[in-house]
Amino acid sequence: MDFNLTEEQSMLRDSVERFVADHYQNTDRAALVYSDLGYSAEHWRLFAEMGWLALPFAEQHGGFGGTPVDTAILMETLGRGLVLEPYLSTVVLAGGLVALAGSEVQQADIIPQIIAGDLTLALAYLEPASGFDPSHVATTARSDGDGFLLNGYKCVVYQGPSADRFILSARTEKGVSLFVLEQGLPGLCRKDFKTLDGQWASDLSLEDVSVGPEALLGGEGLALPALEQVLGRAVSAVCAEAVGSMAAANEITRDYIRVREQFGVAIGSFQALQHRWVDMHIEAELAKSMSDALAMRLRDGDEDVPAMVHATKVTVGRAAQIVGQGAVQLHGGIGMTDDYAIGHYYKRLSIIDLLFGNQDYHATRYEALEPAQ
Amino acid sequence: MNLAFGSKDLIFQQELQAFLAECLPDDIRERCARGLIVGNEDLIRWQRILYDRGWMAPNWPVEYGGTDWTLTQKYIAAREFAAACAPLPTFGITMLGPVLIAFGSAEQKAFYLPRILKSEDVWCQGYSEPGAGSDLANLKTRAVRAGDDYLVNGQKIWTSYAHWADRMFCLVRTDPAAKPQKGISFLLIDMDTPGIEIKPIIGLDMGHTLNEVFLSDVRVPVKNRVGEENEGWTYAKYLLQKERSFVARVAQSRHLVQRLKRIASEQKMGAGYLFGSAEFRRRVSRLEIDLQALEYTELRYLSKELQGEPVGPEPSILKIRGSEIQQGLKQLLVESLGMYGVPYENDSMTVSDSYMEVGPDHRHGIVAEHLYGRGATIFGGSNEIQRNIISRMLLGT
Ligand SMILES: Cc1cc2nc3c(=O)[nH]c(=O)nc-3n(C[C@H](O)[C@H](O)[C@H](O)COP(=O)(O)OP(=O)(O)OC[C@H]3O[C@@H](n4cnc5c(N)ncnc54)[C@H](O)[C@@H]3O)c2cc1C
Ligand SMILES: Cc1cc2nc3c(=O)[nH]c(=O)nc-3n(C[C@H](O)[C@H](O)[C@H](O)COP(=O)(O)OP(=O)(O)OC[C@H]3O[C@@H](n4cnc5c(N)ncnc54)[C@H](O)[C@@H]3O)c2cc1C
Repeated sequence: MDFNLTEEQSMLRDSVERFVADHYQNTDRAALVYSDLGYSAEHWRLFAEMGWLALPFAEQHGGFGGTPVDTAILMETLGRGLVLEPYLSTVVLAGGLVALAGSEVQQADIIPQIIAGDLTLALAYLEPASGFDPSHVATTARSDGDGFLLNGYKCVVYQGPSADRFILSARTEKGVSLFVLEQGLPGLCRKDFKTLDGQWASDLSLEDVSVGPEALLGGEGLALPALEQVLGRAVSAVCAEAVGSMAAANEITRDYIRVREQFGVAIGSFQALQHRWVDMHIEAELAKSMSDALAMRLRDGDEDVPAMVHATKVTVGRAAQIVGQGAVQLHGGIGMTDDYAIGHYYKRLSIIDLLFGNQDYHATRYEALEPAQ
Repeated sequence: MNLAFGSKDLIFQQELQAFLAECLPDDIRERCARGLIVGNEDLIRWQRILYDRGWMAPNWPVEYGGTDWTLTQKYIAAREFAAACAPLPTFGITMLGPVLIAFGSAEQKAFYLPRILKSEDVWCQGYSEPGAGSDLANLKTRAVRAGDDYLVNGQKIWTSYAHWADRMFCLVRTDPAAKPQKGISFLLIDMDTPGIEIKPIIGLDMGHTLNEVFLSDVRVPVKNRVGEENEGWTYAKYLLQKERSFVARVAQSRHLVQRLKRIASEQKMGAGYLFGSAEFRRRVSRLEIDLQALEYTELRYLSKELQGEPVGPEPSILKIRGSEIQQGLKQLLVESLGMYGVPYENDSMTVSDSYMEVGPDHRHGIVAEHLYGRGATIFGGSNEIQRNIISRMLLGT
């Protein structure tokens, strides 16, 4: 048992910390948020140069063979800076699926391009009626010659406007399957919008989108186990991100209540605020423990890891709400503004409570795995 | 003890309901129902309808153009207006009017009150400053006598709707040597006076309601001071005490509950509907029960007030619980959207159907309202300050 970082892991954290300090802390994040891309292509190149895009991939494709623990270290540090680059979509979700389910040809095509920073992808797995359940797929893929014709609707696809390709779930005769789609295919229609946490996303509608057999990712009808496994890793990544964002939000709040004076004293001298801050800190601490433990169990391939995924998401989701709301409250009026950082932490944290399933969703699935005695 | 309203009050209630059903314009009702901000022109359009009906200022005495409604009837009215999704009354009606009526000169009453009633003046409230939020008495904006004028210098912040306002009622410091509460005066300032600069503050919801107001060498005639010099704090406090009822926003929260239930029963989730989720339903029920407890508390306090009992910690209790319930309901509304809680409303002033094209129609307004609603525990005396008030009263701390 050891929750401490190895020397290599510390170096990874330090390098990401330096990136965040240099590129996010004193720069205009809002300019990136409102840019067409929604993040910086320059930064993305740096991600490639630093080897972060290679982190989780196998050495045979040019990766570093990193583990979910490495991903968590990276994501936690990115979370401190509310970093906008599409690591989660491209590397963790799409890259994870290609690495897990893709054919040799697909892996050799896609993974080196991801690592080089030349290819970004987005995952389209949810639909308006699916809640957070990846198995509820109404989008269809009908056999058509030796390929498929896709019809349906996917919602809230992060990075939809900027991704070069989509990985999309659709139901064939044999069940839920995954397809790799190029951006801009005829019949693939996008509705783009900004998200609350300052990113770009899209709804996708598909009308007779025609793809060849090579578009199928993994076995036909066999998508769900792969999807669940990768979503579990994404839960780990996004929980680590939340842990970083919570730590930063708590520090910003601590620093603020130490210097903000009302009634002739620092507001941090009021016990009501001290206790609320302490409760926020306790939530963040427990979230960090669960997030670290989940990453280790994913790495170690423990059998009962699915229950741990759900338990971690419940813990982190609740903590994210308590920390985010508390941080705004302790700031008073300034916490309600777009200009000041704390509101952005609050918004990202509330979104993380939703991503890949909210607390109700994961608690329900936890119960299904851990039946009452 | 008796829970039912008397027959006169029931007739009154029906009269209100009929009026609201007939006269509240649909577009305005729709914006309010979605929790979207109602634009200034729309507000004025509605207020003129109210004015014609004689119901613009229910909280003012009849001789100034108010109504002769009893306290119970005022309560019923506030509830019916909220239930019908009518816009809330604005600062001029709720805050300034009562102060002028109590402390204004005959000339001020004759000039300003009718202009408020006819929506000729829109008012904003210039109290808070960068260094004076919860500690309002610490305000520093300075007013110095210069002949028949005051010369005002300083800065206000969080001034809601200053960009729509014709005038601002403003607390300024006239005696810096006195104890903080003693040296404050209450001024009425024209927003087009030279030296006033308004800078927008964009909120969490990306909407523009808040502002900074900078005042440099702004000349305000001494006759625009309400009451005595250095007594402004008393007037502002009088106002806060006046505002004791209706802070719980029970009717608004009832509307949120209804909206939530409608959405949850329409929102497909897999094979069923969101309301089929036992967890979600339980959380809605809990809040609905909390709301019921709040409503009976409000009614119980109302009857105390009818008995002429002095006001104690009741308004603070209602404000704390009311704002927490509101925030809980708004949070659930966001959750009811599932992933459609993620897209952001480009502009909370945008009419529902003109911008966002994704997601179900019922999503419009929910996220922005939720974000703006985080302020409910901050403005008008934060919930921490309300708890301090209660403990000072009951614990003597
Ligand atoms: C089951 C039990 C077993 C115990 N066993 C032992 C034992 O084996 N040996 C031993 O020596 N003692 C023991 N204690 C005593 C225990 O340590 C004291 O009860 C404890 O320190 C609190 O002191 P008090 O009871 O005088 O309460 P107080 O100190 O008077 O506290 C009363 C309340 O005020 C709060 N409070 C006090 N100061 C502050 C502050 N600065 N800020 C905010 N809130 C404050 C407290 O949290 C509490 O809610 C035991 C107590 C219990 C209940
Ligand atoms: C949406 C919105 C609209 C507003 N509209 C107006 C308006 O139209 N006109 C106007 O004048 N003002 C307006 N305000 C300002 C509002 O009244 C202030 O934000 C409020 O008084 C809090 O002050 P502050 O923002 O300076 O926070 P601070 O007073 O700095 O408070 C920061 C935190 O410290 C806590 N705190 C402060 N003192 C204590 C204490 N003694 N004990 C425990 N906790 C304490 C607070 O509760 C809060 O959590 C508005 C604010 C908002 C958010």
